Amino acid sequence: MRKTWLTPGGVHPPENKQQSLTQPIGELPIPDRLVVPLSQHIGAPSIACVKVGDCVLKGQKIADSAGSVSVAVHAPTSGTITAIEARPVAHSSGMTAPCIEISNDGLDQWIASEGIADFEHTSPSALLSVITEAGIAGMGGAGFPTAVKLNPGFQRPIDTLIINATECEPYITADDAIIRERAEEIIEGVRILSHILGNPSNILIGIEDNKPEAIAALRPHIQDTGISLVSFPTKYPSGGEKQLIYILTGKELPSGQIPADIGTVCVNIGTIYAIKRAVVDAQPLISRVTTVTGKACAINRNYNVLIGTAVSHLLQHNNFDQQACSRVVMGGPMMGFSLTSEDVPIVKTSNCILAPSYQEIPEDEPAQPCIRCGMCAEVCPASLLPQQLFWYSQAKDHDRLQAHNLFDCIECGACSYVCPSNIPLVQYYRNSKGEIKTAQQEKVKSDHARERFEFHKQRIEQAEQEREAKRAARREAAKQAKSTTAGSGSAADIVAAAQARAAAKKLSPEQQQAKLERAVTSAEMRAQKAQEKLDSATANNDTEEKLNVFSAALTAAQQKLDQAKARLAEHK
Amino acid sequence: MLDMVIQQPILAALIALVSLGLVFGALLGFAAEKFKVDGDPVIDQIDELLPQTQCGQCGFPGCRPYAESIASGDAINKCPPGGQATINAIASLLDVPAPDLDEEHGQESEVKTVAYIREDECIGCTKCIQACPVDAILGAAKLMHTVIVDECTGCDLCVEPCPVDCIDMLPVEQDISQWQWSAPQTPDGLIATDGMNSPNLAGQDNPEPNREDAA
Repeated sequence: MRKTWLTPGGVHPPENKQQSLTQPIGELPIPDRLVVPLSQHIGAPSIACVKVGDCVLKGQKIADSAGSVSVAVHAPTSGTITAIEARPVAHSSGMTAPCIEISNDGLDQWIASEGIADFEHTSPSALLSVITEAGIAGMGGAGFPTAVKLNPGFQRPIDTLIINATECEPYITADDAIIRERAEEIIEGVRILSHILGNPSNILIGIEDNKPEAIAALRPHIQDTGISLVSFPTKYPSGGEKQLIYILTGKELPSGQIPADIGTVCVNIGTIYAIKRAVVDAQPLISRVTTVTGKACAINRNYNVLIGTAVSHLLQHNNFDQQACSRVVMGGPMMGFSLTSEDVPIVKTSNCILAPSYQEIPEDEPAQPCIRCGMCAEVCPASLLPQQLFWYSQAKDHDRLQAHNLFDCIECGACSYVCPSNIPLVQYYRNSKGEIKTAQQEKVKSDHARERFEFHKQRIEQAEQEREAKRAARREAAKQAKSTTAGSGSAADIVAAAQARAAAKKLSPEQQQAKLERAVTSAEMRAQKAQEKLDSATANNDTEEKLNVFSAALTAAQQKLDQAKARLAEHK
Repeated sequence: MLDMVIQQPILAALIALVSLGLVFGALLGFAAEKFKVDGDPVIDQIDELLPQTQCGQCGFPGCRPYAESIASGDAINKCPPGGQATINAIASLLDVPAPDLDEEHGQESEVKTVAYIREDECIGCTKCIQACPVDAILGAAKLMHTVIVDECTGCDLCVEPCPVDCIDMLPVEQDISQWQWSAPQTPDGLIATDGMNSPNLAGQDNPEPNREDAA
């Protein structure tokens, strides 16, 4: 029996796991339409690589991974792409996100592909790309791209591989069911992982002691494999990554670090199964085992559900009683979130659909003032001070929140569970985390804006200086020119020169007379033309208006002629 | 030496004190040069807290000039984009009481906006480009302009100079990745008789909750 360590805090909520384990994992009829979200993982949303109207086969890639922290998405069944648009998705906000809708053609026809049976002679990097291409992201709940986790780089050698089969949250039995039925495949998946990580010295499967059947199913397959199966007392939340690492190795993960920093990789057992399917059977992640449970469902059971199946489809097949149900929760009662709509699709991280009755999970009671009983601090698995965080969160004191390690909170909900005043503590922490992150982003943005403003100012100043320099240069040049002319003679000389220039411009008397004579001739011509026009108009019997215009023009021409003649006479 | 100290105690004390004074004076002089602070660090600290929209609603041409003005005693409540949060932050930095926002300079807006140019209507006059304090508008004379959304601070200085009124201030769209949890509602009525009006208790017609069974 391997030594295990005891984590601080923790609670023992009623487990409620038996009801969904009475039957084996079931299959559901494929729904007519499947809605597959493009962002089911942490990181950049996948990029759709199909068009509306395209026919796809089961397992065909419909979206590419975008960048290094991302995974691909595949068609859960064969059919036609009917829409690529924003649809409501399973998210606490109830908002929409880009999805691909596939209309099922009823054939369920697989795409042809070949797996890697001999993975031990395949390079780890090739296997990692298979894992990314198969769309595998952590199926325990966070959805972090698994290939990124398995590739910590050369600086961080991995000596411990931890398989998380804890499943500590009440009601959820998806991992338990998958171990009972597919233990052999899981162990093969562990061997693939071990090969990718360069055969770490410790391979530990961590499982709570409330799953004796799963332990019994795994035990025969781990003999002579170097894999140790470690069972430890049931306590919520033992399944948190940090908690499980501590329970199994006694190593505490420092704040702000990832498991790879202490030579550990921790992978959920459902993910291991998906990796085995992807590598050996060439089947991408298009389905997962999901628990459907709660007293509002007549049947409580685990199903192998296609990604993109609507929650309502699942509930219908379990004789869901809408009237008896207080709310539909995705995930467990501690960390799950209420769905605003039952039409949202199952995604890669949906481990449980909980439809409790009003007795099981009553409506939230109103919060009362904190009485400083300190029960939250006793149960906090991260050894934080929830009551202090609560005060600082209300006061929006971000500095103190960070000083009290708000970001080490795993949002397990143990503090809210024990709070005698029914204070929704986790919601306060989530709100504060969001505010702090937003403030940090704003800070980055405002620093950037400051930089740009300073640059803008500098540029304007520089342009102004350049203009000023040009003006100064022109002024200087003008001064120079002035001084050269002034230097050549006295003031009298300048006056004489100016008079000479004016005289040169003046016309001689003969030229002037010729000019005036020309003016008289042209005025005569104009007067004559005007007379002609008036005559022709009278002959044609034009309107009075026109005649008036012409006669006015004639008068004007004659006046000009008179003026020109007068000026000529004056000159003579 | 010792003899002299014993014989002339006053003189010895004087020499000792003067030499001590010289040594410490030199030390202080050196430290003043070595650790000299360029500029007023308070201005930088205030400037850090201002939202850097560079909108000029405070009456100064940008955030830094306003920071300088605050450092020399101006009111700290002239920044509508920063709102009450900025006022509180500056107040705690300067250790002064935090006043309410001076409405004369504008109102605090809950919604963040960015400028958007209706590109069909843009005549390419470059007036908005000259007005933009952070060079977030792209374009050239007689060519269509557009706003680089990521760089826009939402100061709306470009709206007024536009001769064809083709610039709108649009609210920044929030998608699922930016969504965040809101703070829980603080309960108002907790006494049993208040419950009739409280939204938390209203409509509680479900059977008596059994906490033993609750998970």
